[in-house]
Amino acid sequence: MTTLPVADAADPAVDTVRPRKISRKATGADAVFVHSARAVGATVLVIIGGVGLFLGWQAYPTWKNYGIGFLTETQWNPEADVVGIASVLAGTVTVALVAMAIAFPLALSTALYISEYAPASVKATLVSLVDLMAAVPSIIWGLWGFFLVMPHAAELALWLHRNLGWIPIFDVPSADPDAAVWDASRYTASAFCAGIAVAMMVLPMSCAVMRQVFSQTPPGEKEAALALGATKWGMVRSVVLPFGRGGIIGGTMLGLGRALGETIAVLLIISPSFDLKLNFLELGTNSISALIAGRFGDASRTQLSALLAAGFVLFLLTLLINTLAAVIVNRSRSGAGTDA
Amino acid sequence: MTLTTPAGARVVGTTHLPRYDEDAAPAVPRGSLGRMTVDDKFVRIGSWVSAFGMAWLVTQQLLPLPGLAWFVITWFGFGLFVTAVTAAMTGGLVDVRDRLAGAILTAGAVVVGAALVSAMVFVVMRGWRPLLHLNFYLDDMSGVGPKDPFDRGGIAHAIVGSLMQLGIAIAITLPLGIGTAVFMTEVGGRFARIVRTVVEAMTALPSIVAGLFIYTTFIVALGFPRSGLAASLAIAVMMLPIIARAADVVLRVVPDGLREASLALGASRWKTVWTVVLPTARPGLATACILGVARGIGETSPVLLTSGAAPFLVTSPTDGVMNSLPLFIYTTVRSGEPNAITRAFAAATVLMAIVLILFITARLVARPRRTKSRRGRRSRPAVDLVMADPLVEMGPVQPAARTEENP
Repeated sequence: MTTLPVADAADPAVDTVRPRKISRKATGADAVFVHSARAVGATVLVIIGGVGLFLGWQAYPTWKNYGIGFLTETQWNPEADVVGIASVLAGTVTVALVAMAIAFPLALSTALYISEYAPASVKATLVSLVDLMAAVPSIIWGLWGFFLVMPHAAELALWLHRNLGWIPIFDVPSADPDAAVWDASRYTASAFCAGIAVAMMVLPMSCAVMRQVFSQTPPGEKEAALALGATKWGMVRSVVLPFGRGGIIGGTMLGLGRALGETIAVLLIISPSFDLKLNFLELGTNSISALIAGRFGDASRTQLSALLAAGFVLFLLTLLINTLAAVIVNRSRSGAGTDA
Repeated sequence: MTLTTPAGARVVGTTHLPRYDEDAAPAVPRGSLGRMTVDDKFVRIGSWVSAFGMAWLVTQQLLPLPGLAWFVITWFGFGLFVTAVTAAMTGGLVDVRDRLAGAILTAGAVVVGAALVSAMVFVVMRGWRPLLHLNFYLDDMSGVGPKDPFDRGGIAHAIVGSLMQLGIAIAITLPLGIGTAVFMTEVGGRFARIVRTVVEAMTALPSIVAGLFIYTTFIVALGFPRSGLAASLAIAVMMLPIIARAADVVLRVVPDGLREASLALGASRWKTVWTVVLPTARPGLATACILGVARGIGETSPVLLTSGAAPFLVTSPTDGVMNSLPLFIYTTVRSGEPNAITRAFAAATVLMAIVLILFITARLVARPRRTKSRRGRRSRPAVDLVMADPLVEMGPVQPAARTEENP
């Protein structure tokens, strides 16, 4: 039997019935959960935020000591109190740019191939392979670049020098391109060789981001293009590429951010030099990460602070590029609902 | 608007109505709409075969262009040329462009595949000989010189060191990383947004800077000796933001409906997280963590700075310098002796095998569950958390955005 509540007019409590208060404040076990989760978050914030703050704090005395000269001086000679990162910064950027010049077309075409051209049966395998490529340790790409690619890269560098040497950046001032016996050693251990190995490291990451964005292209628009008579390339050019523009730029910049911080492959391949130069085919270059790895061991307190300052500059550069990438991808049409 | 036929001729004014032809054979339905016809296949494959012949003729017989590299480049050039010509024979400029674009994109993908395969094959080819000796897996390098034969010495110390450092790093990062992700997605609020911003910013931290940080604080400032523990702390500092961010994205993909259903049934928030959110996100979380671990095991620079290349087996993480696999490879290659280099390649093969095993485990764990019962009950397709690809998660793309809009 169901008993219906009967309003009792005589009961004074009826008047005082109010809707119960709704509070979002956690109570009991929930409060414990919320507070412990917040504690974990705070711990992590302290740990990794502390790293950033510490770097900045350590970089400050160096900044005060050397001022703007820290960014413009090319030599790293702590004994003579001459410390600057201009040449290593230029080397870092050169290696990263070479890497991106190689990785960008390859990543774009691989991403397009996987998302648009590959047969459906092998698509999943190809995606896994790209992920596997990202998981290959950087030391292995370093070995690959040093032992397998460098001899061929030197030949390519010679060819570029011989035919495009009149463009300043392809010039190798210390070698004669038309010599009877070409001096192979002048063309190895260059930013170009290091860039090839770094390209293989950043490629899968760029490719994964691009493919993800391409795969979010609204199928309706793709089918509309095909139904209007577009060829596959016409469809890719008019629908997929404009839609994925944000992903292309973002993925590339993300790869660039990774390329800037790459250490061990660069360290293995290059022969360190402190000349500020743009001839990326010529022997000898340097990067901030290679500088740190090479100089931390015998560094005194002040030198360590200078190295930390260099690391801080590298971190700021990477952070800037990653943030820009995030902003570009989020602002673009990619990932937004479209079939309205 | 001007109408054109595929051949490019302008059509003006006339309309041709189809006429029924009594004598025509009955129409045969096409076997498949998307697939290439035999004719198409012949043209496409034939173009490349003929280009192969032309490239051989030019590089080997006519011009002095020795070497495999030139052959491949000429082959590719001729292949594009023949493809363009054959496309122009049947279609217009549009077809030519289509075919060329397809060929170039495919070639790009092939180059990437070739790079991956060549790296793996090359490492194994250069390093298979020491792998045949059992002592390579069981011994360390104490008292073994770079010139010694392969039946002496091994990399047990590097393997043990790598696994131990990684174990400590995982023990630190996994609870903290996933805990932070739970905090960011399940609790939220202004503080969570600050944490998320900082975590995302710190994923940009280069591994060498993480190593330098631990070196400066832990070793120089606090005066601890260089040890395996310091190395694992450096790896942990590097991995923590990566895992926290990846786990955050995976948890955000869990549909809100599941959470609300659990809360509506009276579960507490912790119960909801523990029994609903985390199990749903399990495959994605596993992939995120295992790929983060694969990244951590391959990092050389933090170990280079905070530990050292000890040639002997160290089993206690606080007890002096402890080697790791990538660092062993790096230092051994640097010595320049042919035998040592072969040993380094063998160690690289082992490292790659470990990464491969981790990777395959990740894929197996992340695979969408198949229906176990065949009682005709069609299971609802599970929430596709596998699509939350940890590689992409580290990037700025947020797959969660779409899922929330089109549930």
